Order: sequence, then C-alpha cells, then structure tokens
Amino acid sequence: MRISRRRFLGWMGAAGAAGALPRAARAASNKVFEGYAGSKAVLHDITRCIGCRKCEAACNSVNALPKPEKPFDDLSVLETKRRTTAEAYTVVNQFTPQAAEAKRVYVKKQCNHCLEPACASACFVKAFTKTPEGPVVYNPDVCVGCRYCMIACPFDIPAYEYHKALDPKVMKCTMCHPRLLEGKLPGCVEACPTEALVFGMRDDLIRVARDRIQSYPERYLDHIYGEHEMGGTSWLYVTGTAYAQVGMREDLGNTAAGQLTSGALSAVPMVVGLWPVLLTGIYAINKRKEKIAAQEQAAAVQAAVEKVQAEAAVKLKAAVEKAEKEKAAAIDREVKKALADAAKEKEDKSI
Amino acid sequence: MAEESSASTRRRLTPFNVIAGIIVIIGLYVTVRRFTSGLSSVTHLSNSYPWGLWIAFDLLVGVALAAGGYVTSAAVYIFGMKRYHAAVRPAILTGFLGYALVVLALNYDVGRPWRLPYPFVISRGTTSLLFEVAACVALYLTVLFVEFSPAAMEWLGLKKARNLVVKLTMALTILGVILSTLHQSSLGALFLIAPSKLHPLWYSPYIHVYFFVTSTIAGLSMVIFEGSLSHHYFKDKMDAEHLAAKTDLMLGFGKAAAWVLAGYFVIKVIGIAADNNWHYLATGYGAWYLVELLGFVALPAMTYAIGVREKNTTIIRWSAVWAVLGIVVNRFNVCLVAFNWYLPAEERYFPHWMEVAISVFVVTLGLLAFRFIVTRMPILYAHPDYETH
Repeated sequence: MRISRRRFLGWMGAAGAAGALPRAARAASNKVFEGYAGSKAVLHDITRCIGCRKCEAACNSVNALPKPEKPFDDLSVLETKRRTTAEAYTVVNQFTPQAAEAKRVYVKKQCNHCLEPACASACFVKAFTKTPEGPVVYNPDVCVGCRYCMIACPFDIPAYEYHKALDPKVMKCTMCHPRLLEGKLPGCVEACPTEALVFGMRDDLIRVARDRIQSYPERYLDHIYGEHEMGGTSWLYVTGTAYAQVGMREDLGNTAAGQLTSGALSAVPMVVGLWPVLLTGIYAINKRKEKIAAQEQAAAVQAAVEKVQAEAAVKLKAAVEKAEKEKAAAIDREVKKALADAAKEKEDKSI
Repeated sequence: MAEESSASTRRRLTPFNVIAGIIVIIGLYVTVRRFTSGLSSVTHLSNSYPWGLWIAFDLLVGVALAAGGYVTSAAVYIFGMKRYHAAVRPAILTGFLGYALVVLALNYDVGRPWRLPYPFVISRGTTSLLFEVAACVALYLTVLFVEFSPAAMEWLGLKKARNLVVKLTMALTILGVILSTLHQSSLGALFLIAPSKLHPLWYSPYIHVYFFVTSTIAGLSMVIFEGSLSHHYFKDKMDAEHLAAKTDLMLGFGKAAAWVLAGYFVIKVIGIAADNNWHYLATGYGAWYLVELLGFVALPAMTYAIGVREKNTTIIRWSAVWAVLGIVVNRFNVCLVAFNWYLPAEERYFPHWMEVAISVFVVTLGLLAFRFIVTRMPILYAHPDYETH
C-alpha cells in the first residue's frame, strides 16, 4: 500500500506477523493524499448522455465478458434499474426527474476508482491497488474471496462470481488499465458518440468541469461529483439534475474510507502494550491481597492462640494454687484432727 | 449375544443421535453442493448482500458466544475468583470448539478456503480490520487449544507435558484476554468502513466497543447456560466440586452479567446521544432498535439482578438464555437487518434453507464433539492423579 494515510502498521510486530514492521503509523496525521500527480481520470457529463448503451457494448467486448441475454441495442433494458455485476462492469440507468417538463436522464455507473479506495483499505490480502496511472486494479491471484471489499465499497461496485465453486473472482471495472498502458483510451470512452465521457488528467478534467459549470450555469449544478466524495475519485461527474435524483448518493461524506477505520486500528497497539501491564497488575494486586489476608489471618490465629494460652496459664495457676491451698488446708485439718484425736486418747487413758 | 447387541443399538438410537445423524447427512449433502456448484446453488447471497447467515451467525454470533473461555479464565486466574475454578475447563472447551467451528464455517463462505493463510504468508493487508480479526482468531484458536490440552493430556496420561503446559496458564490467560479484546471488538469495527450502508442507529463510532462489551455478556451468559445444560445431561460426570460450585457460579456470573448489561445500556444511550440519532427512534427501524435495547438489554439486566437478589437460579438461567438470544439479535441486526436498510424489499436478503442447514450442521458437530470430550476427558471433574491449577 503506497498511500500514506493507510499506513498504520505499528501493531504488527506484537500480533506476531513481524514482516511488515518498519512503516510509520500516520493514522492521525494531517497529511492529505490528493491523488497521484498526473493520474488519469474520466469526466462523465450526465447532461450529454443519451442512453445508447454503446459504452456497455464496448466494455463487454474489450473485457471479453459473456454476451448478455438481451443485446446492447435493446434499450428496453433501461426500464429497470441495474447495478454492476460479474458480467457487466458498467451499466447505464435511466431516470425520470420529478419536474414536469423534465426529460429522461441517463447515468453511467462503473467503478469510480477512488483516490483512496475502500476496497483496497478493506482487503486483508492487498488484492486491490491504486495505480499511479489512476485505475484501481484487482489481483485475483491472492484473493481469498471474503467479499469484504463489497461490504466496504460505498458505490456498490465490486461483484462476485457466486456461480463458481472453486475459483470465484471479484469482478469490477479496471478503467481499462491494460489499454491505458498501451496508450489507448478506456473502451467506454472510445465508444461514446456524444463525448459524455472524456478521458484525461484528473486535474485537467476538474478544470474542464468547472469551466462547463461556469459557462453554462443554467445547464449544470455547481457540484463536481467525485472531486471530494469519499476523499475524491478518478471518475468525475457533472449534472443538470440533482445527483440524489439520478441514483447517486450525496450523503457519503468526503472522508476517505481508510480514515473511517484508522481510529479502531490505532487502538490495537495500545491494547497490546497496556493489557499485559493492566492484567498482571490486577493479578499482582489480588495475589498481594491474598498474601496480606493470609498473613493477617496467621497473625490473628497466633494472637488468639497466645491469648487462649495465657488465659489457660492463668486458670491453671489459679487452679494449682487453689489445689495447693486446699491440700494445705486438708493437711492442716488432718493434723488438727490427729492432734485432737491424740489429745482425746491421752485424756481417755488418764481417766 | 443378539440381545446384547440389540440393547446397545437401542442405547445408541436415542432421539438426539437420530436427529444429529439426519442433520449431519443433510450437512454433508449441502457441503458437496457448495464445493461443486458454488455459493449461488446453496445461498441467497447477492452482490448487494455479500455477507449472509454464515457471517452473521457462524462468525459474528459464534465468536461472541465462544467468549466464555476468556471471561472465565480471566475471572479465575487474573481476578482471583478461585471459587469458580470448576467452570474453567468446560468454558475453555466450549471456547475452543466454538472457534474451531467458526473457522470450519468460514471454509464454506470464502471463495477459496485453501487461501485462508494468505493474509499471513503471501500478502499482508494490514490496513484491513479483517486482517486483525483473522490474525487474532488464528492466534486465539491456538491459545485455546493449548489451554484445553492439559485435559486431553491427563486423559492420555502425558504427565510431563501436562505439567509443562499448566505452568503456562497465567501467560496464556493474559494472551487470551488481549487477543479476545482485539478481535471481539474488530468484528464490530469491520462495519466502521461502511457508514453509508448501515442504519445510523446501528452504525456508531463506538461499534467496536459495543461488540467487545457484548462479548463479555455473551461469555458470562453462555457459561451459565451451558453449565446448567451440562448439569442436566452430564450430571454423572461431575464431581463434588463441580456440583457444589454450580449455584455459587450462577449467582456470581449472573451478578456480573447484570452489571455489564447495565453498563452496555448506558453506553448505547450515549451512542445515540453522541450522534444525535434520537429522531430515528420514531421510525420503524427505531421501534425495532428499541425492541433490541429494551427487550434484549434492559430486560435481561433487570431479570439477572432480580434472580441474583432472590437467589433464584431459575430466573438466572432464563436470563442467560434471553441474553444469549439478545446477542444473536444484535449481530443479525448489524450484519443483515440494518445493512442496506434502504433497499427495496425484493432486493433484501433472506437466507436459503441450505444456509440454515449448514449453520445447524456446524452447531451439531460442536455438540457431538463436546459430548465426545466430556464423556472421556476430565472436564467436569478433576482427575484424581493431578493437582488442580
């Protein structure tokens, strides 16, 4: 992962996977990643899209995807709202805005190629990479198939080959990364007959979009979708109809996905560092309490024993004294009795 | 001879064994289907719902309900509550089996299960909370195995090895608490990345704290629940210490559960206040949220407290069942009900019967393994040849 905001790896060593150690944790830094310099993007002008589905057909052929049930020139497909699937990396949807005189609006949907992708942040095997050229690409050779990328994607883009038993892949638009490397345009952009799709450097396209909005303020809303959404994307949109009315969420916020989890991740090394201290501390306190309690108990027993012994000694002494006294008295009594008896005998003899 | 063998057949053909046998056969059938025709032939998973029952129940609920191991060993060895010592081994065993089954169930859910070690050895996606979950679950499963091993070694008569492992008790307990803190909370933190998909009442910047706190509730309640089941079915395997400790344990753990539930209730309310989500309470989802918060948090907190005050183990036992059910409700709400809540009904997920069959199959395997072990190894009684640790 080359993007600085997502480098919170400090906890690794403690967790036992020491291989990825020497990278700085910058979860809470004020660094902002604004995309690779000179990276490519596509501007989708919703006001120019006529819903011809030529982009869908081109996408299907350059990516060698299976032929759909209904051919691409069958526009009845537009009547139901669709999302991207494992067989269709891009779909065009038709919307009828509420305003009375409004005509139908068509919007192309595909991977927005976030500057800091949620899928890449969520993937536990780094199967997704934001390339310096702009596209977010997927590596099926490491993918485990956990589908957390699909949970994470705010645009509901990655799709999965649920029908495959042993080698299912996550499928999504690659922005035709292989074609870009050959110097070609993305398939959909090349096929668009109305220039509703324009390919170029992202910085240039933002200027183009702003220029269109300024030149035709009655035609466009003053909002370039994708300039800031989810930290910015490499697919940009301008529209004449509110985005929320054409199936594009305006409540996603401008925070890059990685920042949503950085707080929880940064707590990990703290737990690893402090829990042993806290827990052994509690253990030691309990142990000490037990020891002191045992000592106090022993002391109390000792004192009680001594007290009892002392009392017993006093009692014994008293008993002995009493016994001696009684004995002395008895002897006395016996002596007196003997003397008395002797005197009496003497008296009797003398008579 | 013939009479004897028919008597032993009759003993084996108990209703439990027959039902378990049927479940295992169905489970094996679905297993074959899963690995020959793919997830679409046995599940209702879709591109909108990449995670279904196997993640909500087998992973999220499974891990939470296996928390009894760390809760009990921490209580006894760290917090010094030695009078609950008899509960340690059954709790460790349940935890170990629970985690083993979680990993087993994951093999059904992920696309290429033999790649499950990839996050550690091939390509480490350390920015992912799932990486943290995977790392901690793998390590903790190992810790639980080592913690459980003395019972097996006593059974096998490996005296020296057993005494060596017993010396590690303290270190293993601390490691277990660290790992549990991390992955129990991370299971909740998995959803932090999808604020736009989870209903605001369930999405919270505190969700990882909620998951960790509820795991202790689940652990305490499971020890009570499972203890009373064992007491009912394996009474003949219990020694005097285990039988005598039962009421004391229920009162102690019930009291702890009442307090933790009360604390959890408070932090849930703080969560609503912090995000100012009060107005959602007046919606349909709000009503369901209140059912969870009042019915499955406040209510068991109350009944636990009453049970403890009255020293009534029946009330405590039912509170434990209710609290465990509350954990199930909470994890299902986060993973399934509140997820993609804005989608129209026809795009929502409801599990396929074969998904349910696999979950039931996995739980049944757990029960069978538990029975196999407690009827052989010194789990519910102390081995006469060894000192307790």
